[in-house]
Amino acid sequence: MITLERRPEPSRMWQALTPVLAVVLTMIAGGLLFAALGKDPFEAIRTIFWDPLFNPQFASYSRPQLLVKAAPLILIAIGLSLGFRAGIWNIGAEGQYIIGAICGAAVGLAFYPLEAVYIFPLMVLAGALGGTLWAMIPAVLKIRFGTNEILVSLMLVYVAEQVLASMALGALRNPDGGGFPGSRNLQQYPSAANPELIAGTGAHWGVFAAFIAVIAAYVLLNKHLLGYQIKLTGQAPRAARFAGVRPNMLIALCLGISGGLAGLAGLFEVAGPAGQITIDFNSFYGFTAIIVAFLGRLHPIGILLAGLLMALTYIGGELAQFMLGIPSAAIQAFQGMLLFFLLGVDVLSNFRIRFKRKQVAS
Amino acid sequence: MNVLLTVDGLSKAYPGVIANDDVSFSIARGEVHALLGENGAGKSTLVKMIYGLVQPDSGSMTLAGAPFAPPEPRAARASGVAMVFQHFSLFEALNVAENIALGMENPPHLRDLARKITEVSEAYGLPLDPARLVGHLSAGERQRVEIIRCLLQGPKLLIMDEPTSVLTPQEVEILFATLRKLKDEGTAILYISHKLEEIRALCDSATILRRGKVVATCDPREKSARELAEMMVGKVLQQTKAAGADLGDVALEVKDLSLPPATQFGTPLRDVNFAVQRGEILGIGGVAGNGQDELLAALSGERGTREGVFLNGQPISKLGPTARRRIGILSGPEERLGHAAAPDMSLTENALLTGHVREELARNGFLNWTKTRVFAERVVNEFDVRTPGVSSVARSLSGGNLQKFVIGREVLQRPEVLIVNQPTWGVDAAAAAAIRQALLDLAGQGSAVVVISQDLDELMEISDRFAALNGGRLSDAVPAAGLTLDQIGLMLGGAHDLEPA
Repeated sequence: MITLERRPEPSRMWQALTPVLAVVLTMIAGGLLFAALGKDPFEAIRTIFWDPLFNPQFASYSRPQLLVKAAPLILIAIGLSLGFRAGIWNIGAEGQYIIGAICGAAVGLAFYPLEAVYIFPLMVLAGALGGTLWAMIPAVLKIRFGTNEILVSLMLVYVAEQVLASMALGALRNPDGGGFPGSRNLQQYPSAANPELIAGTGAHWGVFAAFIAVIAAYVLLNKHLLGYQIKLTGQAPRAARFAGVRPNMLIALCLGISGGLAGLAGLFEVAGPAGQITIDFNSFYGFTAIIVAFLGRLHPIGILLAGLLMALTYIGGELAQFMLGIPSAAIQAFQGMLLFFLLGVDVLSNFRIRFKRKQVAS
Repeated sequence: MNVLLTVDGLSKAYPGVIANDDVSFSIARGEVHALLGENGAGKSTLVKMIYGLVQPDSGSMTLAGAPFAPPEPRAARASGVAMVFQHFSLFEALNVAENIALGMENPPHLRDLARKITEVSEAYGLPLDPARLVGHLSAGERQRVEIIRCLLQGPKLLIMDEPTSVLTPQEVEILFATLRKLKDEGTAILYISHKLEEIRALCDSATILRRGKVVATCDPREKSARELAEMMVGKVLQQTKAAGADLGDVALEVKDLSLPPATQFGTPLRDVNFAVQRGEILGIGGVAGNGQDELLAALSGERGTREGVFLNGQPISKLGPTARRRIGILSGPEERLGHAAAPDMSLTENALLTGHVREELARNGFLNWTKTRVFAERVVNEFDVRTPGVSSVARSLSGGNLQKFVIGREVLQRPEVLIVNQPTWGVDAAAAAAIRQALLDLAGQGSAVVVISQDLDELMEISDRFAALNGGRLSDAVPAAGLTLDQIGLMLGGAHDLEPA
């Protein structure tokens, strides 16, 4: 008989090892899945994890993509992780990402065709502010009326998508675009563009912002009273109130920070890799970041690694679809397995497994 | 002797601890048998095995001459074993009869059940109205619901786990009268408690457990409470002594403090008035659920009020917990895990929880972990907290050790005023004595101390003045010296609803 036995203290070794174990298990189960689809499992796994980085044929294209895709995931996930640690569940980062992009792009386009150094910094501010304000809607409703922030923030994603469509077709539509939906391309507007800063790496301003966010979150959580209060609120809300934490302040702060970072991610995307506001500008970064946050155990360094890993499975997954004809649904299932196994093996850090013979009743 | 239950060599081990090691004893029909021991001595595990909640690793039991090995509580109940738990399992939104019906295998019609409840409650002198909502009952009345639920089964053996911890002295008398009546009818009673005077008043024999083993079997009426305590703890107990400080100015004053309840079945505070002087311990007694949590929250600042709380004459009602700590009002809530301390955080992190203001553990919000660790180590050393180190998480400590840490954390911050709720609840005798001594020493150094407790012996031991909390109202404080149990009982509101409802 197998029994689970609660550890007196969580095992630090297993806390570090479970993500690695989860990746290994995902490779095995994913390999079986691909084999069942009639593909060579080893080749599929290699295509997903190895080729995007080291295959001479693809790496020159896909290696920069790694940072381009990982940066918004990390930026958003860092913000979400603060709230998740405090038990404040912002599920609407996708919406805040969209609104941030719209606000930032709108500021840039308002100056067109003026060229000035202050335009891009203003856009960054507008992007962060837009995301923050969008996230303050669930925050204020929760503080004033006790609404559930999960539902409100999630529903606001769909509102944001409608706003996005309206902007792409209306206010922000390119006047010289021959009536096609979508804004001017910001990449062709130097003062508003977010270009690749180091050639061949994919590193744009958003990548730097993501790294800064990782460091700032690390310092906040480990060295600052506010980070301590965030952790305390998540672990023992009553003790937090006893310690003097004001729950409403924390709700506003956590939702505000995560909204702001999501808005920043949107701005960097619209001014950089995407280039313009289009109807289908958003690409699920806001939802995927939730997975990244948990994959990284809500720890800043973990999120950095998880964001890179997630980006890799995206790029590798596309490559596998393209090269091996693996259906996109199978790739999505593969990505889902990663979260599944991570949560599954998580039990090992708090419990130990005991095997024992079933006792004969005396 | 007409033996009902024999327990022979029961052992039960949990990972890392042997809860019961070769425990043997027997109970006769009509005997009240005490099971005595500190927290963690194995009393709960033993009765859980008798009640079928836990299966023993080895050993055997016989009930009324037949082998007895209940695989689940239902089997134990069918054999005539009933148990009243320390923590009630009642639904507040249902009435008494509905609650009792929920616990029955084949409940009769509610109207018949209500009649039976009234019959039993009158026969045993336990007044209870079957139609009342449990949420509106006092703790003592809730216990009656649990007892009547057991009596309806007509048990041969009744197990009672710490039954008097929630009762006023008068209610204890009513309970004892009921238990004596049951005893005269031939029911055996297994009575678990650590209140020695009660055991001496009620029980015919006692089995004393220490670290899972039977260390003595005796007639408690022939031993003094002190002898029993020393058998339980296994060493000579230190007696607390007051420092006898001179009383100073009034530090904390509460005037006409009212506070609505936090939850539907909570207790509002109604026009509470008291004042505590420096160097004084004010004991606030009362049965659980009469406003203790609310009073602590209003004083610690967790729940601000518009007016009514003063420190050195200055109004402080609107200040939050952090601001109150800055001016010297510290507190220790009743619930150790989850309120006074975060269960999954280390002792160092828990030292920060209340200590960062007065111990200056943070500058501009940036934490000084070295200083915090030193503070946590100081608490651990000075209050003899048994733990592998300050990086251990709070929930890995025993109740007594964690409580010493929680109290020590506040005491070492040199409070002007310290308010504690149930400072020794569920704490072993040695740790409880250490905590009481620390509170006395603190008052001796000139702090004003408010001790809210349900343990009247404790309050009589350490308080200078005593006040009783009943239904959210606080009685006038009177000098504790010379108070009799009867007077205290009347202050606590006597027995709730003694006259049949």
